[in-house]
Amino acid sequence: MNVHEYQAKELMRAQGISVLKGGVATTVDEAVKVAEKLGGKVWVVKAQIHAGGRGKGGGVKLAKSLDEVKKHASEILGMTLVTHQTGPEGKKVLKLLIEEGCDIDKEYYVGIVLDRSIGKFVMMASSEGGVEIEKIAHESPEKIIKSIIDPAAGFTQAAGRKLGFGIGLKGDQLKKAISFFEGLYKMFMANDCSIAEINPLVTTKSGDVIALDAKLNFDDNALFRHPEIEAMRDPTEESAQELEAGKYGLSYISLDGNIGCLVNGAGLAMGTLDIIKLNGGTPANFLDVGGGANKETVEKAFSIILQDKNVKAILVNIFGGIMKCDIIAEGVIAAAKSLGVKVPLVVRLEGTNVSLGKKMLNESGLKIIAADDLADAAKKVVAAAGGK
Amino acid sequence: MAILINRDTKLITLGLTGKQGSFHSLQCRDYGTQVVGGVTPGKGGIMHEGIPVFNTAFEAVKQTGANAAMVFVPPPFAADSILECIEMEMPLVIAITEGIPVQDMIKVKNALKGSKTRLIGPNCPGVITPGECKIGIMPGHIHMPGRVGVISRSGTLTYEAVFQLTQRNIGQSTCVGIGGDPVNGTNFIDVLEMFNADKDTDAVIMIGEIGGSAETDAGRWIQKNFKKPVVSFIAGAAAPAGKRMGHAGAIISGGDDTAEAKFRILQECGVTIARSPAELGQKVAEVLKKV
Repeated sequence: MNVHEYQAKELMRAQGISVLKGGVATTVDEAVKVAEKLGGKVWVVKAQIHAGGRGKGGGVKLAKSLDEVKKHASEILGMTLVTHQTGPEGKKVLKLLIEEGCDIDKEYYVGIVLDRSIGKFVMMASSEGGVEIEKIAHESPEKIIKSIIDPAAGFTQAAGRKLGFGIGLKGDQLKKAISFFEGLYKMFMANDCSIAEINPLVTTKSGDVIALDAKLNFDDNALFRHPEIEAMRDPTEESAQELEAGKYGLSYISLDGNIGCLVNGAGLAMGTLDIIKLNGGTPANFLDVGGGANKETVEKAFSIILQDKNVKAILVNIFGGIMKCDIIAEGVIAAAKSLGVKVPLVVRLEGTNVSLGKKMLNESGLKIIAADDLADAAKKVVAAAGGK
Repeated sequence: MAILINRDTKLITLGLTGKQGSFHSLQCRDYGTQVVGGVTPGKGGIMHEGIPVFNTAFEAVKQTGANAAMVFVPPPFAADSILECIEMEMPLVIAITEGIPVQDMIKVKNALKGSKTRLIGPNCPGVITPGECKIGIMPGHIHMPGRVGVISRSGTLTYEAVFQLTQRNIGQSTCVGIGGDPVNGTNFIDVLEMFNADKDTDAVIMIGEIGGSAETDAGRWIQKNFKKPVVSFIAGAAAPAGKRMGHAGAIISGGDDTAEAKFRILQECGVTIARSPAELGQKVAEVLKKV
């Protein structure tokens, strides 16, 4: 799960990590009030959307008077911001973060990610802040300093020194940076984060070390123990269908093709998208009904797939293990009847109770294109969708 | 012979009396697995479907002599149960539970180091040695005894591969689901090492996914060390970057973790590639002809 910059900074502030003073606003008037309350002579007006690249898209602007705050806020609020992460359709800005200005001396990068090969978190820092870390990793990997955090020992001063000296800090700023890193790690662990990126982390002319931006991701599997993080979820940032699917235990991701897919198991669901593409078709979605699906969830899955008006054909691909084929057949029949499925339906069933499932489909009177195996199913659904 | 489990394996189930734990333990027993006990704290002393229940894994092993554990404990408490097994030196732990927090698994991974326990999973279908022993949730009837090893990060995609083999009358030595989570107990290389040493395995199917470097690490290891043919499919060639495809571990985060990159590196390492999941059985048949 993702949160907005202002929410990430609230969590960091609570941990004592130095972030700029600021406040969130949903109207132009609120934006001006926040700026007044903050005082000072310079403010930054920042669009709050989850995607990165906001500055380049015109979603972050510097204001040198309250009038300018008003002007920028009215321009940015309600605008559709297009960045390299939003896709061409962009994302409408509904919230702003108004922050005090700061006299940047130099920009750095610090982040925490999981190193899957060793099963430990790694803190990374770089003297090249403000650019994408993937770009630095590609062009000048020696400029990324890494420290593997031992899960039992936690963050050590030695790790902090390696990172701090490594990015060229010294004296008082080094001390401040180490305490920043330590705070970041503690906040990360306390909230079950999966990724933290402070880009840029800056040193100021007055000698401070402070987070200018903040991006946090959280482990979905750990949200059960963090209701306060779950409460930060912004439904306007997530696809309505994906959220609805989640409520029924379905894992759904919308894609841009025209073949709807209903599959059990994440691996087989991915494999089904792959084989559709290999046959010249384009999948409209990833949908894993999971192992615990029943008639109702299969019906729900169909209604979610059919909400996508691009769908020209549907492929049901089930390999029954825990999931029994007759349960799927029951759901398919119920959905076809209640939702009036008008697009061609290709069904491939295999595994537990397969003959019963096939028999039910045959006797249902529905126009179903039966497929013998995975390859056959892919060919038939691509043809049915008007592809190859 | 096969690897990890056989007809002598004695199994206890942690979370035996839960709905899933109970259903699948009985399925395993029906397949022929010796299910000798179960653990549900507070229910020690009762019999569940003819299986004795204990309060702790320690007590269960002391009373039954079990040498393998299957974990069905719900996600918030699953890591704790795995740690209990590590602490008491259970040789083999197979964790089926899906949805264990990453931080919990990091603790488990740390505890595994230097321990006597081999952990398979979590978030996996389990392990089966066809005709001898099944520990997990896979449909037993699609398997047949034979000489091809299967290793996979996915559940249903493994069934697909096994089914294609069985249809061609190609049996399996052991099928191991290592799970779809970013931090797990056993990786591809660990299982490949076992298959390398197993005189009853002639070839291996390795099914991977987008995300992480486990498959490419395995490819490089295969090139240097593995003596038998390997056929591999990587799921997720059609997946967009940055979207988590069901499994917590199946997300492209940049660079070498795309399906395309993994296919390329595996091919360079001498692995036979199946671009389509429907080709796995056929590719195995082809490599077996050359053995």
